[in-house]
Amino acid sequence: MKETVTDIKDLDKELLGKLDEHIATLDLTRKEESLIPTLYKAQELFGYLPHNLQWHIARQLDLPSAHVNGVVTFYSFFSEEPMGKYTISVCMGTACFVKGADKVLDKILKLTGTQPNEMSEDGLFTVKDVRCIGACGLAPVLTINEKVYGNVTPDDMDEIIESYRKGAADDKDS
Amino acid sequence: MKLIDKMVTCKINNIEVTVEQGTTVLEAAKKANVDIPTLCHLDLHELGAVNQSANCRVCVVENEDRGNLVPSCAEKVTEGMKIQTDTKKAVMGRRTSLELLLSNHPKDCLTCVKNLDCELQTLANEMNMQEIHYTGEMMSHPIDDSSGAILKNPNKCIMCRRCTTMCDEMQTVGVLSPLKRGFDVVVATAFHLDLGETSCTYCGQCVTVCPTAALAELPQTASVWRRLNNENRHTVVQVAPAVRVAIGEMFGYEPGEISTGKLVSALRRLGFDAVFDTNFGADLTIVEEAKELVDRIENDKPLPMLTSCCPAWVQFIEQQFPELLDIPSSCKSPQSMVGALSKTYYADNVGIDPKNVRMVSVMPCVAKKAEAAREELNQDGQSDVDYVITTRELARMIKEAAIDFRTLPEDSFDDILGESTGASTIFGATGGVIEAATRTAYEMMTGKELKNVDLKQMRGMEGIRETSVQVGEKTLKIGIAHELGNARKLLEDIRDGKSDFDAIEIMACPGGCIGGGGQPYHHGDTSVLDKRRKALYAMDTKMTRRKSHENEMVQRLYEDYLGKPGSQKAHQLLHTTYSAKARI
Repeated sequence: MKETVTDIKDLDKELLGKLDEHIATLDLTRKEESLIPTLYKAQELFGYLPHNLQWHIARQLDLPSAHVNGVVTFYSFFSEEPMGKYTISVCMGTACFVKGADKVLDKILKLTGTQPNEMSEDGLFTVKDVRCIGACGLAPVLTINEKVYGNVTPDDMDEIIESYRKGAADDKDS
Repeated sequence: MKLIDKMVTCKINNIEVTVEQGTTVLEAAKKANVDIPTLCHLDLHELGAVNQSANCRVCVVENEDRGNLVPSCAEKVTEGMKIQTDTKKAVMGRRTSLELLLSNHPKDCLTCVKNLDCELQTLANEMNMQEIHYTGEMMSHPIDDSSGAILKNPNKCIMCRRCTTMCDEMQTVGVLSPLKRGFDVVVATAFHLDLGETSCTYCGQCVTVCPTAALAELPQTASVWRRLNNENRHTVVQVAPAVRVAIGEMFGYEPGEISTGKLVSALRRLGFDAVFDTNFGADLTIVEEAKELVDRIENDKPLPMLTSCCPAWVQFIEQQFPELLDIPSSCKSPQSMVGALSKTYYADNVGIDPKNVRMVSVMPCVAKKAEAAREELNQDGQSDVDYVITTRELARMIKEAAIDFRTLPEDSFDDILGESTGASTIFGATGGVIEAATRTAYEMMTGKELKNVDLKQMRGMEGIRETSVQVGEKTLKIGIAHELGNARKLLEDIRDGKSDFDAIEIMACPGGCIGGGGQPYHHGDTSVLDKRRKALYAMDTKMTRRKSHENEMVQRLYEDYLGKPGSQKAHQLLHTTYSAKARI
């Protein structure tokens, strides 16, 4: 079946309302500059940026959808696929890479049973290999949602991942 | 006070050049008569589009003081700068850039649509590229022929961004964008939709500037060959006005060479059963359109009336301004009118079953291919036009048939749908349609003869032009725009109630159809467009009849078949409708 990007019926109305409220506060004479903050907000609200949401943003900002999609696919921060509760971003910048970030990444993928940019089956994790996040002094460095982990080793990851699994289980219980 | 009056002096290959601050090394080198190869660079500032992406690195030169290579298309000249374009370092730098581009390019030149007309191929030849040392991963993206007009093969793309510059800056449509990054980058539509599902107007301006065959017309010559010399089919052809002043370029003539007679000869030699002139359809369009304009003015109907012969422009308004669909003229395009008549009036006249008639049209345009496929443009389920080939495609067919174009005798169109006036000839240039319409509307409204038919205030290459003509008591306010970015400005004014035009002509391509997406490639030389444009006006002045309603075969068509302009039968055959489309 062909995708209809102009159909936004499946998007949560309440979230869409919040996004439109945010867009209403922007200076749309500077629409190009408003794009990234809007995408940021949309991803915060929806968790990811499905195509029809990108189309909606393009229409709201009066920009071609191709431009919006170009920005979304350029930055590894933005995701077109649903993301897990925790996004693990492993920095693959030069400093981190030479200090073994690839081995850390391999370990995380093994622990979560995923491929880069794919959500784990339990919906808990999405692992991303990202470009330099600007914390080379902590190399190899990764972030899990907002939290930064520096000087990590593959062995550290067992405990870190387990703590998030446990945290999620506790959230569920309470 | 001039803001930029500072001059800087540099040396290029030890030649001293003084230029304005802000000038690029490439421009300064031109001044010093030093040639630097370029590929992605494209300067069409006369048309409002400059591609200065500095992506391809084919124009690198050596900065002597710093000892590094700089892209000459983007590097600005500074005081005392010393540039060398022909050191080993510079030459090898350019060579490596090109070699890397070629390492990821399908080398199927022999069977490529751009063979011998490809800027990448030309450069490879000029740079003595006899071996490619790099092998690696090749791009493998799907080829997109969904639009029926444009063939998009991203595997031949060199990421020059010329297409996106044209689509964004000139046309303000923005259908293409680089997606992803690094090796994965591909110039694509939003969400990788098929081109046919997007807001592409098929104007083909991306095609006119693509240095390779990443974007080209979707060829239909094979289908046309199948219909020719086919006993079961009566295959007829029509030729648009702008084709005759451009096709000569493909056979070594100067731009603007008028080759109508040879063109007709060539079409007969190819085996078409009848050769018609789209100009006949243009005259008919004018009679119907002028009638519609007079009716709208006299009966307080919606104004301004917008011309509707440019298919890319029709797509544009349907997608971008769906709230304004009551203002374009309901007239079909000349292509479609001739098509509709070939399967009714002409078929009746020569006594053949309309079902066996196949109409091929030769257009300066790729959007006409998509127009021919529009559901609205048919009679009893039969399309008005069956196949559309571009000026380039016809030239290729003529070469394929080993017809020596330059020695062909002059021939003339088949009368019945072939007579034309000067008014129809200028359809191919920006401002021409509205000038032709005004010539006829003037006489319709006043009942008096228009003495001076040269409405020169409507001519020119300026993007938006405004003028007025006194027609009896009424001052007719006329607007003209070419390129869709300019059209957008006029439409926004109409939408916002800030416009008081009575009639507006819009053409999607720079200069009108003479600069269409199906014309011989201009390779960045915009003077070509002006020469074609002037040739059309020169043809007009040489015609004895210069007003569309004086076309005798058009008059006969009304007497014998349609009744009066605007009649019910005329509406049924010659008018169409528009519908809103999603903007992607």
